[in-house]
Amino acid sequence: MRRRMFWDRLFERIFAGSALVAVLTLAGIFVLLIINAMQAFGTLSIRHFFSNTPWNPSAYEIPTFGIGALLSGTILTTFGAMALAVPVGIGTAFFLSEIASVRMRNLLKPAVEMLAAVPSVVIGFTGIVLVGPFLARLFDLPNGLNALNGSILLAVMALPTIVSVAEDAIHAVPHTYKEASYALGANKWETLIRVTLPACYSGIVAAVMLGMGRAVGETMTVLMATGNATAFPDSMFSSVRTITATVAIEMGEVPSNTPHYYILFACALVLFLITLAVNVGAEHLASRLRKRGQ
Amino acid sequence: MMPKKLMQILGLSSLMACAAVVVGLLGIILFDMTGKGVQVLSWEFLASFPHKGMTQGGIFPAIFGTVAITLLSTLLAAPLGIACAVWLAEYAPNHAFTRLVQASIRNLAGVPSIVYGLFGLAIFVEGLHMGMSVLASGCTLALLTLPSVITTTEEALRRVPVLYREGALALGATKWETMRSVVLPAAVPGILTGVILALSRAAGETAPILFTGVVFYSRFLPYSVFDEFMALPYHLYILSTQHHEPDIARPLAYGTALVLLVLVLALNLVAFIVRAKQR
Repeated sequence: MRRRMFWDRLFERIFAGSALVAVLTLAGIFVLLIINAMQAFGTLSIRHFFSNTPWNPSAYEIPTFGIGALLSGTILTTFGAMALAVPVGIGTAFFLSEIASVRMRNLLKPAVEMLAAVPSVVIGFTGIVLVGPFLARLFDLPNGLNALNGSILLAVMALPTIVSVAEDAIHAVPHTYKEASYALGANKWETLIRVTLPACYSGIVAAVMLGMGRAVGETMTVLMATGNATAFPDSMFSSVRTITATVAIEMGEVPSNTPHYYILFACALVLFLITLAVNVGAEHLASRLRKRGQ
Repeated sequence: MMPKKLMQILGLSSLMACAAVVVGLLGIILFDMTGKGVQVLSWEFLASFPHKGMTQGGIFPAIFGTVAITLLSTLLAAPLGIACAVWLAEYAPNHAFTRLVQASIRNLAGVPSIVYGLFGLAIFVEGLHMGMSVLASGCTLALLTLPSVITTTEEALRRVPVLYREGALALGATKWETMRSVVLPAAVPGILTGVILALSRAAGETAPILFTGVVFYSRFLPYSVFDEFMALPYHLYILSTQHHEPDIARPLAYGTALVLLVLVLALNLVAFIVRAKQR
């Protein structure tokens, strides 16, 4: 008996220890980024970093590091992606949960999951071989590698997240709400817009935020499709470079423990904080919905 | 009455159009990759090394590297993730530490993959002196896939009826014995689904391996876990953006994309079948 209790205790400890690993990993990432970013701000003022200084790490005389142009690249591509993915994603979610027949659902849901499974580098490749040439012909541009291309691809990446989270939210709306609406003579569309949508609004917003988090953090697609110019963008047709792409391009080439190396960690910290804020916000909204649902 | 009906028709058909767009996007990607990728697929393409500056030959070392890091990462992530999920689903009391663990897992799932790459570089490559290696990349990918393994396993465990546990405990089994011989076996299909999906995720990731071990060309396969390796996603990236003769490399890029896509989607299909059988 004593031996059996020993194993019982031992495994409880092992399981609890594994849970601790998750906490330690997140804390580890955060602390590591902060420590390395701090080193960067020893040589570079934070104000300088966030002002409109150009990003020019390999300048012959004095390299300059301003995250402004990169941040605007990230923001431009992300918002462009959201403008495309939000209506389509939410529309698909409503179609899936309110209109589609069981058979159609059984076809559509795996399609959404398959889209989610397509590796980002393959999506980026379609940006080069399909979306780029298409945009170039459509708008008569020398090449189609620009913010718009990145936005289209990021929309594809964010769609599955938006669809599945929004669908769960719509699904959680009690049947009685809809039945009451039908009983009052509203048709399907009116019920959907005036009853179901307001009832799951916060869940939809959470879905949009999670999709946005996905788009902000995406690396390979934007790296391959946006042209990677480090200047401030003027329009959706400008070549832009996101924060993620900058880290991906430059980290492989800088020697460790140089200012440039640490500044790339500072860029990653900015990225981490944006996605953390987005995810915490989305979770807050989702938990509010869960509480009300009970 | 007429505008009301018209609105309904317009509204519902626009929702259907949205769904059609999603299916259409998937269709376009699959159609283009398959149509152009199939042309270069051959036994030689799958089984030989690239040569002549990657304008000829195959992608065998990239396939090998991807399989190696994917298996290694899952070997590391699965036990850890399952153990963490068991704790969350079966042991965790409702207190602050549990909520901290849950919040950490949710937020880890949202951390950009490139940030995992930097973490892997600083911790595994430099901190633990693994160097650019299969091991460092495997560890980095393991951390990346950990949240999804935990979430799917936890769900699978929660679906096991409470009666099973009560039956085992009533027969005098300890909690660990109940886990090992009753609850975990009952949850195997769900856990397996999660692990296979983690494999598929790890196989397709590029950003986390960029600074932790992948190289664009290597004359040899990795001999040990401390060697550098080639990988399919990175090979596709190089062929499509960094190659000096993009037109010559394009067909090979299509072939690589198709192989990667087939690998990832096949894993998803297996997960789908395991899940469907369970119902």
